[in-house]
Amino acid sequence: MAAIIKHRLFWPAVILVVLLVTNVFFSGSFFKVEFRDGHLYGSVIDILRASAPLGLVALGMTLVIATGGIDLSVGAVVAIAGALACLRISGLDDQNSVTGVLLAVGLALLLSLALGVWNGFLVATVGIQPIIATLILMVAGRGLAQLITDGQIITINSSPYKMIGAGYWLGLPLCVIIAVGVAVVAGLIVRRSALGLLLESVGGNAEASRLAGIKSRWLILIVYVFAGLCAGIAGLMISSNVSSADGNNAGLLIELDAILAVVIGGTSLAGGRFSIAGTILGAVIIKTLDITIYTVGIPPEVTLLFKAVVVVVLCLAQAPKFREKFQRRRPSAPATQAPQQKVEVTA
Amino acid sequence: MGTALLSMSGISKQFPGVKALEGVDFRLYQGEIHALMGENGAGKSTLIKVLTGVYDIDEGEIALDGRPVRFAGPQQATEAGISTVYQEVNLCTNLSVAENIFIGREPTKFGRIQWGVMRRRATDLLQRLELDLDVTAQLSTYSLAVQQLVAIARAIDVDAKILVLDEPTSSLDAGEVAQLFRIMRQLKAQGIAIVFVSHFLDQIYEICDRMTILRNGRLVGEHLVADISQLQLVSLMIGKELALLERLEDAGKRSFDAAPAVAQAHDLGRSGAVEPFNLTIHQGEVVGLAGLLGSGRTELARLFFGADKADTGHLEIDGKPVTMHGPRAAMNHDIAYCSENRKTEGLVEELSVRENIILALQAARGWTRPLPRRRQDELVQKYIDALNINPKDPELPVRNLSGGNQQKVLLARWLITEPRLLILDEPTRGIDIGAKAEIQRLVVELSDGGMAVLFISAELEEVLRLSHRIGVLRDRRLVTQLENTDAVDLDRLTETIASGT
Repeated sequence: MAAIIKHRLFWPAVILVVLLVTNVFFSGSFFKVEFRDGHLYGSVIDILRASAPLGLVALGMTLVIATGGIDLSVGAVVAIAGALACLRISGLDDQNSVTGVLLAVGLALLLSLALGVWNGFLVATVGIQPIIATLILMVAGRGLAQLITDGQIITINSSPYKMIGAGYWLGLPLCVIIAVGVAVVAGLIVRRSALGLLLESVGGNAEASRLAGIKSRWLILIVYVFAGLCAGIAGLMISSNVSSADGNNAGLLIELDAILAVVIGGTSLAGGRFSIAGTILGAVIIKTLDITIYTVGIPPEVTLLFKAVVVVVLCLAQAPKFREKFQRRRPSAPATQAPQQKVEVTA
Repeated sequence: MGTALLSMSGISKQFPGVKALEGVDFRLYQGEIHALMGENGAGKSTLIKVLTGVYDIDEGEIALDGRPVRFAGPQQATEAGISTVYQEVNLCTNLSVAENIFIGREPTKFGRIQWGVMRRRATDLLQRLELDLDVTAQLSTYSLAVQQLVAIARAIDVDAKILVLDEPTSSLDAGEVAQLFRIMRQLKAQGIAIVFVSHFLDQIYEICDRMTILRNGRLVGEHLVADISQLQLVSLMIGKELALLERLEDAGKRSFDAAPAVAQAHDLGRSGAVEPFNLTIHQGEVVGLAGLLGSGRTELARLFFGADKADTGHLEIDGKPVTMHGPRAAMNHDIAYCSENRKTEGLVEELSVRENIILALQAARGWTRPLPRRRQDELVQKYIDALNINPKDPELPVRNLSGGNQQKVLLARWLITEPRLLILDEPTRGIDIGAKAEIQRLVVELSDGGMAVLFISAELEEVLRLSHRIGVLRDRRLVTQLENTDAVDLDRLTETIASGT
């Protein structure tokens, strides 16, 4: 039992359960999942679908944050990727052509990679602070997206493209399968190779890592490229889901939700130890919270405030220092709890 | 001599695994300059931190002006009239001289800082110390020595009764030391009691009245400086440690002229760090580097590892000229570097012991070729046993280990890369005597096994004990190299460091 409580995903998991149970209170059929026309339907599925793009963006953000950096430009990359894909598809003679759509998707992802290389170049080679380096693309990227869409919202009618964000495969939403697939592959690569260790080392102590012979430049470049790619895929999902590209609003403020998901998942913004599973859990919590706000029927004017309160509680629950204090203050807390506080460091 | 201004009695302080102070007495009288002596790790800094309220004590009593006191923090100690100037200048170099002197206690009127008053008072204060500085200039425009003096000015302006100077001279040249001493004498005449810590024996004998000697956290003696010779002092400071390591004494004194050279520096240098030098390290040889802090010891070692780039000269490895592009290049030539500062340049504290140990080896293999977990566990277990790393749990975060064990983890990291040249920069600083002895023994064993070692330590005793040859640095220049024969002893070495010949 103590081992479960000590696990760093314990508190986020508790919050998720609390949110889900709250939903059941207000909407009895919350957990009901129907099987209709070969697809699964239900609130839980909706949450997962909504979590897919955020989870992807947060996944890329996790590795960037692990190196002690941050990527503010992911929202702009989301918009650019969607804009370029939609522009290419709208120019097709037959918008339902699978090859045409694949080409458009490939181009959009290639551009996302290139944007990641740009961020990585600024941070790793030029040596600009990550927050400033990616701020450049965060601002300029919106402009670039609008340039691509010519300031308009591009609407398309392409069923292959629609698959990415709204399609189903084996009864499951395709976007969830893609997101989980990318997360699993990334997790395997990071933990089976030495990449994870080296990233954590660079994020934990850059100078010590340099003197241990780690060439951090390449590692840092890789994580920004990966963050760009993840944001690109998320951008395709988002634009595909609504069959249009809006350079102005697609992925707006998603970088902040992604950073939040990473923090909720137990990865420190200071860099070092990271948890991919935690980040995915964090993304699901954020989207569950969004849905909870609707089911509970919180008036629209206070939704943001409500969200803020939950986020504050979450972040405090994740902070070892706060938990330590909380445990110590409880008058009934027996002395046996003392060793637990010490072990928080291990998490 | 009347009653003591400050008396500490039976002071004990324990850290996890280490008894830093054990029943130490310390007395300080008005208007005296009192030296606190002892090797590194003897408990000097702990005693100072107790005195200045940084640490609370486990046992003992402190009385100031005859009244018992107990400081909850540095602020309280300062209010009670105890001011400290630490070895590393802890001022804000990006602020002006005046701002630095008054930081945190700026003269204000209606909540607004009175800049004019502040500048005037700063100028007056500095003039009292016969320092002619532009108080509006940014502190970084002045030399380290002047910054040190500004720190002292700041310390005495808060109506200090006791001024603690923790190795203030370690980075000063002779002229600057003279300036510091003049100010110390002036303060002494004003009745301020000064606690002075220095590794430099000649300075102690020049300026101090009395001294308290610590060894391994215990009080060994309290003497008038005039009553005790330098030789007596050194033997009191080193004490039984000398006996403990006697075996090592005989290990040295071999000739290495016939042994193949592992690394040779030819006019290697870096401007602002260390002047061009020639140095050869042979297989199986321990070359010690001695010199004061800031004399360029670390800077010299870093050039061998490519941690900094040399801008003159070149390096030969096995007789072939090479260019050191960086640490990885050095590692490819089987060179390893245990950096001076474990926390900032050595360990990744949140990673586990295992991860820290395999880090360099893994870095050399690249991220695509992970070291198999079973091999990791084998290697890590082997070195945990061989170096006696405690606790033996390889999955513990390194930050939970004591200093000595952290140092061993860092050593293990480099030993598993099987280097031919091992550079050890202050490997025994701030660690307990047991771990220190183990590390020293290890150095002897490694060199017996044919490894070349470049050994840096601020403790001259240690350098003398372990090195076959000693390079002496002074003012960022390698001034001479001494074969460590019987003719070379602590006095000779100290003299060389002081005079440069």
